[in-house]
Amino acid sequence: MYAQMIKSEATKEDPEKLAAFQARIDADDKIEPKDWMPLGYRKTLVRQIGQHAHSEIVGQLPEGNWVTRAPTLERKAILLAKVQDEAGHGLYLYCAAETLGVSRDELTEDLLSGKMKYSSIFNYPTLTWADMGAVGWLVDGAAIMNQVPLQRTSYGPYARAMVRICKEESFHQRQGYDIMMKMANGTSAQKRMAQDALNRFWYPALMMFGPSDKDSVHSEQSMAWKIKMNTNDELRQKFVDQTVPQAEYLGLTVPDPAVKWNDKTKRYDFSEPDWDEFFDVIKGNGPCNTERLAARNRAWDDGAWVRDGFLAHARKKAARRMAAE
Amino acid sequence: MSSVNPAPYDAPETEAARPRDEWPLWEIFIRGQHGLNHRHVGSLHAADAEMAVKNARDVYTRRNEGVSIWAVEARHIAASSPSDKGPFYEPAQSKVYRHPTFFDIPDEAGHM
Repeated sequence: MYAQMIKSEATKEDPEKLAAFQARIDADDKIEPKDWMPLGYRKTLVRQIGQHAHSEIVGQLPEGNWVTRAPTLERKAILLAKVQDEAGHGLYLYCAAETLGVSRDELTEDLLSGKMKYSSIFNYPTLTWADMGAVGWLVDGAAIMNQVPLQRTSYGPYARAMVRICKEESFHQRQGYDIMMKMANGTSAQKRMAQDALNRFWYPALMMFGPSDKDSVHSEQSMAWKIKMNTNDELRQKFVDQTVPQAEYLGLTVPDPAVKWNDKTKRYDFSEPDWDEFFDVIKGNGPCNTERLAARNRAWDDGAWVRDGFLAHARKKAARRMAAE
Repeated sequence: MSSVNPAPYDAPETEAARPRDEWPLWEIFIRGQHGLNHRHVGSLHAADAEMAVKNARDVYTRRNEGVSIWAVEARHIAASSPSDKGPFYEPAQSKVYRHPTFFDIPDEAGHM
């Protein structure tokens, strides 16, 4: 998802404390920042929330790519609002991570050095305006699948961040589908662009949910802690079941000949994405990994004088106030 | 979203805390349209109070969520601690007479 392949930390602590902690989680109690928590819980959450936050921030890049080239002023304003929301989502999540005792700049530095990851999906390019539709519809759609259950996650600040994010995310998905409808009902060239966008984003969107459950080694502990609410395959299936009829409505074809309604399971059958590609992208070899990380590093370096300047100004003002008192 | 005085992140793997020049953390409170109390909505970083209020406007009121913003630097907030839970809140549990439903008023007395 926005957080993929998060390694759960084993935890070696007082068994009595651990049992009491697990009992609180089983009773759907929320864990708050100053409560006792196992070190593994804390570290896994920092990693997960941090990766989630990084994904929101890096996720602005593929869409920011089209802000100046949106087809109308209204589309441009909408896209800007959406990209601005993503920055806000990043901020909510960094704040949630900060309650665990890590600073935002520390997390940012770990992103910029490549030590921490962001979702694989943002390493794919956005080549045409139709991609703005496909990203909103499929990428934000997949994100919602994961984020809605996370509103019930055991860590209070994370759950509350998710509530805010989910409220805004639904606008994102709808604006994407709205673009797709316009394109799919447009000229034959526009329809071709819409189909091409679906072709390119379908499998990368399926990969967002992470590897198949049989290869997903970190799920068990995270699910017991309720920081992961569903398995990867469950969410992926749910996404396919929701999305295939939406593609049909658009008159577009999902680029997988195996997609077929299964009357027995009452679900759609579909093909697994190419997992070798997924692991390769995670490793840094996707089409845009280098470009994305370079863009984030450039923004951070170029903004340094602004951050420093504001801080120096604030300190000077505070010192003057002190002197006057 | 955030809480004040975060618990120490004492992960053994991480490097020793470096002194950092980060903008301080502010907690943001917003009053909605209908005359309710300011409510904690989340936190953000800002160099000073003026920037905190402006950033709060950008981050937390993009959809008409409020008509008034308070920003408080997180380090100025005093908070109760989880270990106080017992001594702090238990005394209230035995004082059911503080609730109006404790008293039975006969129907004949009318609405009260």
